[in-house]
Amino acid sequence: MKILVFAEQRENKFKKPAFEAVRAARNVADQLGGEVIGLVIGGAVQSIAATLGGYGATRVCVAEDPRLAMYSPTAYAKIIAAVAQAQQADVVMLPATSMGKDLAPRVAVKLDAGLAADCIALKVEGGEIVATRPVYAGKALTDVKMTSALKMFTLRPNVFSAGESADASAPVEAASLALADQDFTCVVKEIKQSSGKLDVAEADIIVTGGRGMKGPEHFGIIEQLAQALGGAVGASRAVVDAGWRPHEEQVGQTGKTVSPSLYIAVAVSGAIQHLAGMSSSKYIVAINKDKDAPIFQAATYGIVGDAFEIIPALTAEVKKLLGKS
Amino acid sequence: MKLAACINHVPDTAAKINVAADRMSIDKTGVTNVINPYDEFAVEECLRLKEKNGGDVTVISLGGDAHKESLRKALAMGVDKAVLLKDDGVRDSYGVARGLADYLKEISPDIVFFGKQSVDYDDGAVGVMVAEMLGLPSVSVVVKLEVAGGKAVAEREIEGGREVVETTLPAVFTAQKGLNEPRYPSLKGIMGAKSKPIEERPLTALTAKAALVQMQKPPAKPAGRVIGTDATAVPELVRLLHEEAKVI
Repeated sequence: MKILVFAEQRENKFKKPAFEAVRAARNVADQLGGEVIGLVIGGAVQSIAATLGGYGATRVCVAEDPRLAMYSPTAYAKIIAAVAQAQQADVVMLPATSMGKDLAPRVAVKLDAGLAADCIALKVEGGEIVATRPVYAGKALTDVKMTSALKMFTLRPNVFSAGESADASAPVEAASLALADQDFTCVVKEIKQSSGKLDVAEADIIVTGGRGMKGPEHFGIIEQLAQALGGAVGASRAVVDAGWRPHEEQVGQTGKTVSPSLYIAVAVSGAIQHLAGMSSSKYIVAINKDKDAPIFQAATYGIVGDAFEIIPALTAEVKKLLGKS
Repeated sequence: MKLAACINHVPDTAAKINVAADRMSIDKTGVTNVINPYDEFAVEECLRLKEKNGGDVTVISLGGDAHKESLRKALAMGVDKAVLLKDDGVRDSYGVARGLADYLKEISPDIVFFGKQSVDYDDGAVGVMVAEMLGLPSVSVVVKLEVAGGKAVAEREIEGGREVVETTLPAVFTAQKGLNEPRYPSLKGIMGAKSKPIEERPLTALTAKAALVQMQKPPAKPAGRVIGTDATAVPELVRLLHEEAKVI
């Protein structure tokens, strides 16, 4: 049995979810017996490919072409499907990043494969892969199996452990490419980085402000706490809809579903749609004046009190701790 | 310009979701269904493109009779035509995409819009699957779109920023929050939508590529601990986060 894993890189650096996917594939391959084949696509990525061996890749295919330096869904999907066929892969896995989620449905159609998107666990039962994936933004969980010959899975970032790199390198081979100009009808021309801000979807610590912050001018204390913790600022839907914060920061069912190690909800009441988006966080801290706010039911630790008093104190205490250790 | 928006009819995000006794579906008791929130952005963007470039907007939904409610909402917003691809069974994303793609092939729009994902099964796959089935390029999770001269430049949200994507048309796009502010249907629109026809098309059954094994509620979390009621609780909170949770 062969598992092909698309290992996403940007600017010649692997994204952490790429390592997580390779390791998750390794764990499945160990149970079913088989190999894990990494696939790296980009402008000049040969030099980084072998490091996937440290996370369990048996070997790595590289698709290099100057035209592939910028992401193109049409060209990348064509390559993944072609390599899956050439390698006779039984399973294709991708990280459920913005790139992986964009590619997987296209590859699935090309390969006539069933696709389980945004999986949070993979287990092997009776020789088959059973994937657990949240539905209704995590209000329920489903276990699914793919009934197609070739099976595809995208894996939610930050959920599967990449583990430590074993410092092993995997043999690298070139994937044969037959790219034509019409494969690049759709291509990224430019990437606009949000200035130095950590994205909630990638952050390991998130500090979210809710409507109880009373206005956009009070988010400075949220930003300071997030900065002290090395985390990202999140926002509730009410705050985004009021125009206090950009929608990229929204956590919840119509925003981002997140599962950081630490989620601090400040003056967030905890509407169902918000809880759905963050309750899989490992530790949740709630700070709210209203002791009956639903957020306390999701929280590991809570302080019932005034955020404007507590948050600056918390920032100072965090700085004290991190300054020392 | 021929425009199409594909919409789904899903439980309101404010709904509490319980798993039915068969552990294979949700308990529909007390659950209100609405147009999928991301699909409202899709419908709105099509209406704006029509206002700017002329043409017509067709809205399509695949599902049972209940979906007519969301199709009527789109009619009330101002779309020209509504089509229900009638299917009372349960389909996976592949099956939904196949049904929609077969219909879209017939009407061959210049632009097809979807919401970036349906907030029930959260696959986020149907729009891009349809694009591939139609042999078209696609840009997903779009927050900005400009169309001119047979081309489109779209901005899609990625981790920590945006990608500016250039694509030929026809193409498929999936809408993210932030793309636009969907209009509220006017009273006249709502009244008018009641008498507008909804074209119905039967669909043939399709073998799914994914099978549900079971559905369950996420494991309940142990009850949280309230540490205090003012800033004096802060040192204890930091100690717990550092020593017990080990997250800072």
